[in-house]
Parts: sequence; structure tokens; C-alpha cells
Amino acid sequence: MNWITNYVRPKINSMLGRRTDMPENLWIKDPETGEMVFHKDLESNQFVIPSSGHHMKISAKERLKFFFDDGKYEALDNPKVTQDPLKFRDEKRYTDRLKDAKAKTGLEDAIINALGTVEGLPVVVTVQDFAFMGGSLGMAAGDAIVHGFEVALQRKRPLILFAASGGARMQEGILSLMQLPRTTVGVDRLKEAGLPYIVVLTNPTTGGVTASYAMLGDVHIAEPGALIGFAGPRVIEQTIREKLPDGFQRSEYLMEHGMVDMVVSRLEMRQTIARLLKMLLKMPGEQKPLEPEILPPAVVAAETRPQA
Amino acid sequence: MYNYLDFEKPVQDLELKILELKKLAENGEAVDVADEITRLEKRSRDALRDLYKALTPWQKVQVARHSDRPHCVDYIKGLFSDFTPLAGDRNFGEDQAIVGGFARFRGEPVAIIGQEKGSDTTSRLRHNFGSVRPEGYRKAVRLMELADRFKIPLLTLVDTAGAYPGVGAEERGQAEAIARSTSACLALKVPSISVVIGEGGSGGAIAIATANRVYMLEHAIYSVISPEGAASILWRDTTRSKDAATNMKITAQDLLELKIIDAIIPEPMGGAQRAPETVIAATGDLIARTMKEFAGANTDFREQRREKYLAMGRSL
Repeated sequence: MNWITNYVRPKINSMLGRRTDMPENLWIKDPETGEMVFHKDLESNQFVIPSSGHHMKISAKERLKFFFDDGKYEALDNPKVTQDPLKFRDEKRYTDRLKDAKAKTGLEDAIINALGTVEGLPVVVTVQDFAFMGGSLGMAAGDAIVHGFEVALQRKRPLILFAASGGARMQEGILSLMQLPRTTVGVDRLKEAGLPYIVVLTNPTTGGVTASYAMLGDVHIAEPGALIGFAGPRVIEQTIREKLPDGFQRSEYLMEHGMVDMVVSRLEMRQTIARLLKMLLKMPGEQKPLEPEILPPAVVAAETRPQA
Repeated sequence: MYNYLDFEKPVQDLELKILELKKLAENGEAVDVADEITRLEKRSRDALRDLYKALTPWQKVQVARHSDRPHCVDYIKGLFSDFTPLAGDRNFGEDQAIVGGFARFRGEPVAIIGQEKGSDTTSRLRHNFGSVRPEGYRKAVRLMELADRFKIPLLTLVDTAGAYPGVGAEERGQAEAIARSTSACLALKVPSISVVIGEGGSGGAIAIATANRVYMLEHAIYSVISPEGAASILWRDTTRSKDAATNMKITAQDLLELKIIDAIIPEPMGGAQRAPETVIAATGDLIARTMKEFAGANTDFREQRREKYLAMGRSL
């Protein structure tokens, strides 16, 4: 035992919820400035680099921990689906790719649904984990999303969805495409019930995911600097044969073009969403209500009035 | 002249030979070629039938994209009267990659929304090769809402390589436009029918192809990504498009088996491009049967459509 094993080891393990206890994870390089940041400082700052504000990708489990009150939540079981419906293989068998992704992330697929509270408000949260095959959308993820909406509907809770995905799970072919209408049914039913649906677009959210539930929120919030778009930048470059402008398809660009309501730092996500939801649900806010003595007399309840 | 596909070479050779013989006979340069012509015609018919009986998925991709295949406007001309096109998204522009409006189908009013690829350089450019921009999807939403308000059933004709990937399209919210369009399809209280007549290209297709009934022509394809795109991403090798086409299961026959579509409309021998009127008529007959069924049913079409999509893939 030395100071490294005592002090550092558990932090590394918890960092990404993975078994990648490589010592180089001790220091993390800011991809924007190249600055080296000590991982402990980074974790305590929700993996937002303190000096540059760069938002690093985080796992679904970390996301849930950072978002819910006291980091406490109940993860829901996902519906069982047929694995590899097309018996697909490219350079590798799809079943092997799934096995690898499960081992790497400790997840069953790219989606986790969880119940918990944010600033005291009970909510359902659906999180997409980019580390699981690029957060891609197949039968398992699609069904899990539909399930999340159903639970929110049953429990009459708002749903907050953190999107992170490269798009379709190509290994599931047309079944992957069918997740666009399927998840949309979930969104529509929640909205019909008068329950709020908030989408948080994180880096990256592209392809079929943006062309369905991720762009159908009542409110769209983006994390700073996230890549968000339908067609990937490479595909567009190949089509138009010119270099894309700086900042193209980034959160700030989307806000400028009217596609998201706000760009919000991860560090302020909880407060922002809770504040908004409480208003939409007509719940009392943080500020104390106005003192009765400064209200006009008619507003003061009759029984509290001094009797003549 | 007929545009032959690469794999149609054996048929092409025979048909050219027949033409040559006929010309010789006309000019009186050859005599007694009638028997030879009859023999060759039978051989070429057999060759064509054998080819089309066993098209590979990659060959179907070629057929589905064939430039002489009847397009959306041909179906509209062939099946409807009083077609009155409506234009614009009331927001930014008019996208002619989507053709839409109201028409009469065997006397009854229907709303039509379809993707049009164009058939010569001018019309291809005008229709942007069938690749829809956000305005096109927003126009589709407008027409769907209009149809619903006046309780007119909707027919969509799907034929696109995919939604247009460009800077302007992204700027104006291509993803949001597609999502809204799919949502509008799902929200309809009136019944809807969708026919994939050529290429059903990913999100660009599903945005108008989400319907109570979805049909495909025998050699049409419907896929989450083009075989070329899948080959370059999954195999990192664009020459593997054939494998991608096969493994992704994109043919009408595959999709019927996966219960994604409801029926297949047979194409004439040699594909829709060889006898457009025949396939247009067959499509019309199936639409008529379906409309009749809808008219007699006491169905909540919105609920039926939602449950149909939710059930997809769950029983595989």
C-alpha cells in the first residue's frame, strides 16, 4: 500500500464507472486548451474543465448521480427485446459487438431510466450513454425510451431526457429506423397528458435521434459546445464539397438558429430544469411568497382578518 | 432507348440482336428471320424472367433507383383526377422535392403527399433529386393537418434517397422538421396509406411513411441507411455495398417478413420501369381496396397506428 493505491485508486474506478484503471486517467487533458487537469478536481466539477468550461462526455450513471438530489435514484428495469433480430454481421458479428459494449459499460444497452427527485420534485429521467455503441438507437434502446414515457405517464411525472447518440443502430437495419415513430408515440402520449417533456442535448446528438424524440421536447436545453445535427459534418462536407463554418452544428449555433431554448452549463442543469418544471407544473417556487401585510386587504383570507 | 442495368447485360444482348434482325428484315436485307426473331424473343423473355425472379438485394437497389421507373408524378397522373397541388410551408419556402395537394381518387377526395425525384435534368434539379429540405417536411405537416381538419384520408408516395444533407437544411432544422412530420403522421385521425414506390431512404422516408398501412412495390427498398453509407461506416470499405444491402434486410420481401410493411405490390416482369401503367394500375387497385376497408371500419385510426408501431419488433 502506498499513497497512490490509498488515495487515487477508488477515484479512477468511479470516474467512468469502468474498469479502466490506467494511471494516465489520473490527469485528463482538456481537448480545447491542452491543459492537464487532475481528475479529482474534474469529478468534483461534474467533468466540466474548470478553466475552459469544456464539457467532457460522462457516463449515464454519472449523469444520474449528478442530476438527482443527493445523487440518489432508482434505476428501472428495461423491457426485454430480441437481440440481433437480423442476425447481422459486418466485419464482426453484431452479437459480439453487443457483448463487448456490455462488458465495457456494464449496461444492457444505451438507455437507463431512473426515478428520483430534483430539488424535491419527483421526475423520470432517461439517459442515453454514448459509450454503449455510440448511444445508437435499436430495439432495446427504443423500447426502453418508450417504457420511460409510459412510466412517466403512469406516475404523472415530467420526463427529462439526456440525449447522446450517433444515430441509428445500423446493425438492426429497418428496426432501428422504426424507433423514430415508436419513440414519437411515447412523446406524444406524454404531451397529451399535459406532462412536461424536457430534452437535454449533450455531445454528440445526431442522426435519427435528433429526427425524433430529441427534437420534440417542450423545452430544448443544450450543454455548451455539443455537436447536434441531423446529417454528420463529414456527410455534409462530401455533399457540398466545401469546408464547414466554425462552430457549425454546435449548441450555440443551434440556439442562434432557433432550435434550442438555452445553452446551460452542466453545473446549473439541476437548478434550471427544476425551476422551469415547477413553473410549468404551477408549484411554489424558491422565493418566499409575498408577505400578507403588503398584499391588498381583499387577498388576505377572511378568517385571518381581525374580527370587528 | 431503354436504359439497361449492368446485370441486365444478357437480356440487353438478346434484345439488341432482335432489333438488329428486325431492321434487316425491314430493309429487305435478310429473309426468313421471323423464326429466328421468335426464338430470340422467347429466349430474352426467359432470361428477363429468370433474372427478375431471383434479384439479389443489391440488384433490387439498382432497380429501385432506375431512372425510368414511374415516379410520384406518374402515379398522380395515372390514378387521380382534379389534382390540385398546394405549395409552401408558410414559413420559409416551397420545396418541390415534396409534391402534395388534394385530388379525387375514383371520385373520392384524398390528400396526396409524395417525394418526386424528377425525370430529366431540369426536373431533377427542380425536385432536388427527391431529397427533401426542412421546408418540404413542413409543407407535408401543413397538408396533413389540413387533411385531418377536413376528414380526408391521406396517401403518401415514398421515393427518396434521404433527406438533404446541406448547411442550409441543418440551419433551418432538418432534424426537427423530420421529427415533426413523423409526429404529424402519427397524430392523424383520418386513415393513411403509404406506398414505397422506389427508395425509402431512412429518416427522410419515415417522415411521411408512418401510416396505418404501408405497402412496398416488389422491387422497392426501404432502409435505415443506404447500402453505400453502411458499407463505408460498418465495413470502412465502400466496395462492400452488396454485403450491406444483403445483411441490412432492405427488400420488400424482408420487410414483409419482419412485419414492418403490410403487403407487396407485384411489379411487371422486368420491373416497374418496363411497364409503368401496369404497376400504377396495380397500386391503384390496392389503394382502392384499402380505402374501401377503411370506409367500412369503425376504427380509431390514430390509436390503431400508434399500437401498430409500438408492436413492431416485439414479436420477432
